Amino acid sequence: MRIGIDVGGTNTDAVLMQGNHVLAKIKTPTTPDVMTGIVTALRFLIEREPAALDRMSAVMIGTTHFTNAIIERRRLQPTAVVRVALPATAALPPMVDWPTDLCAALGDHRFLVRGGHEYDGRPLAEVQADEIREVAREIMRRGIRSVAISAVFSTVNSAAEQQAAELIREVLPDAAISLSHEIGRMGLLERENAAILNACLQDLAATTIGAFRGALVEVGIRAPLYITQNDGTLMSAEYAASYPVLTFSSGPTNSMRGAAFLSGLKDAMVVDIGGTTTDVGALIQGFPREASVAVRVGGVRTNFRMPDVLSIGLGGGSIVRAKPLAIGPQSVGYELLQQALSFGGEVLTATDIAVAAGYFDLPTMDGARSKLAALNRKLVAAAVERIHVMTEDAIDRMKVVADDLPVVLVGGGSVLIDRPLKGVSQTIKPEHFEAANAVGAAIGQISGEVDRIFSLDTLSREAALAQAKAEAISRAVAAGAYANSVQIVDVEDVPLAYLPSNATRIRVKAAGDLAIVREGVSSCE
Amino acid sequence: MRMITAADLEEIALGAAVLGTGGGGDPYIGKLLAIEAIRRHGPVRLLDVDALDDDDLIVPTAMMGAPSVMVEKIPRGDEIIHAFQTMEHFLGRKITATMSIEAGGLNSTTPFSLAAALGLPLVDADGMGRAFPEIPMVTLGIDGISASPFTLADEKGNTLVINTSDNHWTERFARTASIEMGCSAMLACFPMTGRQLKQSAVPGTISLCQRIGRAIREAHQRKHNPIDAVLGVTGGYRLFRGKIADIQRRTVRGFTRGDALITGGEGYAEQECQIQFQNEYLVARTATDVLASSPDLITILDAETGEPITTEALRYGFRVDVLGIPCDRRWRTPRGLELVGPQYFGYDFAYVPLEDRVAARRGQ
Repeated sequence: MRIGIDVGGTNTDAVLMQGNHVLAKIKTPTTPDVMTGIVTALRFLIEREPAALDRMSAVMIGTTHFTNAIIERRRLQPTAVVRVALPATAALPPMVDWPTDLCAALGDHRFLVRGGHEYDGRPLAEVQADEIREVAREIMRRGIRSVAISAVFSTVNSAAEQQAAELIREVLPDAAISLSHEIGRMGLLERENAAILNACLQDLAATTIGAFRGALVEVGIRAPLYITQNDGTLMSAEYAASYPVLTFSSGPTNSMRGAAFLSGLKDAMVVDIGGTTTDVGALIQGFPREASVAVRVGGVRTNFRMPDVLSIGLGGGSIVRAKPLAIGPQSVGYELLQQALSFGGEVLTATDIAVAAGYFDLPTMDGARSKLAALNRKLVAAAVERIHVMTEDAIDRMKVVADDLPVVLVGGGSVLIDRPLKGVSQTIKPEHFEAANAVGAAIGQISGEVDRIFSLDTLSREAALAQAKAEAISRAVAAGAYANSVQIVDVEDVPLAYLPSNATRIRVKAAGDLAIVREGVSSCE
Repeated sequence: MRMITAADLEEIALGAAVLGTGGGGDPYIGKLLAIEAIRRHGPVRLLDVDALDDDDLIVPTAMMGAPSVMVEKIPRGDEIIHAFQTMEHFLGRKITATMSIEAGGLNSTTPFSLAAALGLPLVDADGMGRAFPEIPMVTLGIDGISASPFTLADEKGNTLVINTSDNHWTERFARTASIEMGCSAMLACFPMTGRQLKQSAVPGTISLCQRIGRAIREAHQRKHNPIDAVLGVTGGYRLFRGKIADIQRRTVRGFTRGDALITGGEGYAEQECQIQFQNEYLVARTATDVLASSPDLITILDAETGEPITTEALRYGFRVDVLGIPCDRRWRTPRGLELVGPQYFGYDFAYVPLEDRVAARRGQ
């Protein structure tokens, strides 16, 4: 058995699963200390299934905690940035295009030193050990404990970043060091930004992951803890504490992965309707399609892997205005149960429209019933139409082929949709749709990655690819994946032109189910 | 004369991307470089073409190489100064002003960082009135102005002076050298007198870029249609409106060639439009008609926001407006069409001015 938890800004969703079955689920408010809400959810699930305590194989948590910390500029620590790049790049120093309040939260500790590589792997300049040691001593004098390191073309050759990290560690053995090539892609500023965001979250990551662990201890669960990444795979709690930035956008990813699992579809559009927004994305082979352009987080441009999601201001709590007809983007949000007409409140919301249209029934009070009955039928019909058109339009924008595709509806707000959608071959609202995000966390996979330059003088391109794939698979298995379930999920092959030795950079990612979970399945089923 | 501030540059970069006809790379880094230089050194003096004396010396400056390298190996900042000073030293004369060689992508804003750093004026003009991929493709070349002497500089302190017998040789040598320099270098080229500039450059480009950028921005604020605003400022025509239904790309000799298919929306129902591109959008056509072709400008804007979309960013599902904007009159001369007409890019039809094509369709 395993538990999947999605800690959102408003709600904490949790499911207890055995094999492919959801045994129990709960939605509870997220608490300011995070831990209390998780403990509440865990206690509820264990009470429903007391045997789970001893048969738990893993707990997976997806969290928006770190994204929110950046957006709200809360609990960020002073961070030093060391860019290994001179003589290049001085025209645009680190954090050049950042919002000033976020700069202020991190402090001005930016250093440029010699080193880095050209596009083809030639050294741009040699790393100067003394120069970096001096920078490290200055960082120590300023009392800073977290350092982000970036280097020109570190995606082609990471040696400069690694050398700099070793030299800094000589002076600051306890510093937390974030290397840009481990987090981001081509595009120095965006990759460096991602490394800086990762570095400024180190203390918060230690505390938060500690709180997650504490919650498990509190209810007596001894199973290992995993955190979900934004590509739908898991990382160990220990790894997550070092790479909190990899959790960004894991919420939409978990919903989409959960939708794939619950519907049994691997290629489909997913519409996740929450209280305030609707997220639309595309599933390709069971994983979310990734965004191809720079994504801003808290006003900072980044380019690390993110699910390609279109958010529109439509949700169960969206406020409906009559003249002229407008739905959202304002929402009553988490106050739906107090403010919506159906619950005795005074605000007309999208949920009320769905109830008035007879899509579903609520145990409403008499006063609420009469208010709903008094609604203009034309308004209700027009609003229903608008809700469906907004959804159809968002789906159409996110499709990459012209064919009609199946759509999986998930999230608490999916009750708003009740008629066939245009451009859609079939609409599926799977069982447990409202807990798809927690299910997505629970089914997270374990991955292994290879990212290396292969010389094609002695090896054919096909042989190099095959070698990289085999290595990625064995790394996934070593990390805890069940061997028979491991598949290649991503291949990138970038030829490096103008090198004397014919070389290509190959990046392969393999992912498979957690072995401990699979073994649990086979022994119980 | 007026002073260009960091806020002006936001508008200029946006407008330049409209005139960039899908090419020239992501303007983000170019804009940041210029804004950062103005922040450090102060605003840039923008000179009207008419304010130049006939014997003033003007040298355009630009970046050469792969835009995808520029986003990784960002300039040191003084490469462009080295290229410029090497030119000044070689010519043995003081240079009066610099200017942009093209509108669009990185290079419309690249010379601003030089102008800011040296307190040098920048002429309100450019050498294309749009973007094209090669050095010889400038209106200056039509009148026989030579690209050389041509200087190149990298961040490692290397500088080169290239003297060639024609502009195609300049392209060959400069391309090879810039690859050795790490696929991105700064250059100074086409030294010319004030008289030559007045005769052969496209005047008013920077101001036009800014008017376009401002029109889009203000349309947003006032909730007006940004596409209509762009048409109003540029004297262009809406050629098509619809949704991108298919995109094909292939790399041919270092250039990205491709086709985009757009299915008609409002006002264009049941119709299809095909856009052919090679770095820039070159031809827009329906099943029966050519709607517009190089050297006239074909630009694709997001139908809702009016944001220009580059050839790299084009994706299935985008709702777009396709605009045609008449090119500078020099491009329509026999010499101009030899350099950048449809036949130069391998298409088998003769150039017909955009306005004539629009009039012919309306007359049908």
